[in-house]
Amino acid sequence: MEYILIIISAVFVNNILLSQFLGICPFLGVSNKLSTAVGMSGAVCFVITLATLVTYLLQRFVLDPLNVGFLQTIAFILVIAALVQMVEIVLKKISPSLYSALGIFLPLITTNCAVLGVALTVVTKEFTFGGEAHMLNLGESLVYAFATSLGFGLAMILFAGLRETLALNNVPKAFKGVPVALITASILAMAFMGFSGLV
Amino acid sequence: MVVALGSITLVCSALLGVMHEVTASPIEAAAKAKTQNAIAAVLPEFDSLSELKTCEYGSYYLASKDGEPVGVAVNSKSSGFGGNIKLMVGFHMDGRICNSQVLEHAETPGLGAKCTEESFAAQFRGFDPAVKKLSVSKDGGDVDAITASTITSRAYCVAVENAVKVFNTVVKEESSNE
Amino acid sequence: MSKLNLITKGFVKDNPTFVLLLGMCPTLATTTSAINGMSMGLATTFVLILSNMAISAIARFIPDKVRIPSYIVVIATFVTLLQFVMQAYVPSVYDTLGLFIPLIVVNCIVLGRAEAFANKNSVFDSALDGIGVGLGFTVSLTVLGLVREALGSGSAFGWKFMPGDGVLVFVLAPGAFLALAYLLVLFRKFIAKQ
Repeated sequence: MEYILIIISAVFVNNILLSQFLGICPFLGVSNKLSTAVGMSGAVCFVITLATLVTYLLQRFVLDPLNVGFLQTIAFILVIAALVQMVEIVLKKISPSLYSALGIFLPLITTNCAVLGVALTVVTKEFTFGGEAHMLNLGESLVYAFATSLGFGLAMILFAGLRETLALNNVPKAFKGVPVALITASILAMAFMGFSGLV
Repeated sequence: MVVALGSITLVCSALLGVMHEVTASPIEAAAKAKTQNAIAAVLPEFDSLSELKTCEYGSYYLASKDGEPVGVAVNSKSSGFGGNIKLMVGFHMDGRICNSQVLEHAETPGLGAKCTEESFAAQFRGFDPAVKKLSVSKDGGDVDAITASTITSRAYCVAVENAVKVFNTVVKEESSNE
Repeated sequence: MSKLNLITKGFVKDNPTFVLLLGMCPTLATTTSAINGMSMGLATTFVLILSNMAISAIARFIPDKVRIPSYIVVIATFVTLLQFVMQAYVPSVYDTLGLFIPLIVVNCIVLGRAEAFANKNSVFDSALDGIGVGLGFTVSLTVLGLVREALGSGSAFGWKFMPGDGVLVFVLAPGAFLALAYLLVLFRKFIAKQ
């Protein structure tokens, strides 16, 4: 039950893009075409879940016991950067087809604040599911990370679909490109606000 | 290549370690000042304050003036819309709430975050939980909820309610001690 | 490029928010009020100036292959430094901005200036560049925060000029996108005419 609450909360209610504003750069940058949006979402999903696993363990078994919590930011970003590099190399060897689909997005992901944002949120924030607030354990963290990235994918793909349709329409000159995309995002965010209170 | 990156990381970590030591005491002082300010804001005038004490429902400070106890400041929390809401709630010795202040919250700006504002917090001043009901008017209580933020308002009431529980336990303990 | 130009270009010509569209996450998330927007802008400026200077000083010694990771480490160091300072002296601002302070590490503006400017210019010029771009970012965030606060809460810098609530949606998530969209249109139409 609790896992279902975490998933609904992370995908719909506290959508990472539309209500937490993490990962806006790829949201605006690579949402012109549906196919690239799907690729980006896949890559982000993979990296967020993996990065959360590693950073969670790093926090609990290295930073906390050694009492060097202040190195959190620097350690997390290095781990994420290294992880992305490794995923890239491994993917290239094992599955060239997947690499060609996700490859170009991987380097971009290091500086995607969604990854660092989720990693930091998981280890610092207390969550409330079903009354009692507590820190997430490893299983819950992974579910949360995965669900958050699903939310990323959902918003990204919806948005890309809208933008593809939008591209066929006449838009006033000053609104062309990013402004009209932002207005679309605004309406999408309003729609997602309808989910608030669900959990 | 490895040497360069390694030495940069080493230098940076060392620098941070030093800075952490240097700023540790101001950070602690700032946190302490925050608690002290909150206590001063929620209690009637006092001249001496006890250390943080705990009872089965939560933790509290006992304030007294000229040797007479004048109030109790209770640390309380409950879960709101975006996360925990932590409050400091002050009581007169007769059980009326003196004042309350939000220590920490993660509510939505513009909606639930209004719980920090005077217009909402003011209604708890002088609130007597023995006479009035500590829940939002929607639930049949005597607290006006923040517009469109019932969850936050409920959570605030719950936190104050918890504080009342602590207060009642404290009063019982103190009187049995005498 | 003249020294003055280094400072002024961030406001209009290379405005990080309205022209380059960089650092969108803090731009949207922290501008619920003018003060919050300004605090975020100044925090970013602090990191930007220091990291620009440091990277410009050490760029010659860093092998090309580990360039980006090294820059990230340097930036992360200054961000952590900023966290210490804010926790110690302005804890309430630190609480308000929350997660977005450590996330300055992945703000594309900071890494972007390191890569595009600081690693091939002098320490002094890099500092000026940091000041210019940082202040451009700060002004943009303050303006966006001011617009959202005025429309959403009927106040400016915390000073209430209108009774009641205002159009609440501007303080909420959708209003962030909407306000930025219209400011962008106005900026294009009136300030940066091509």
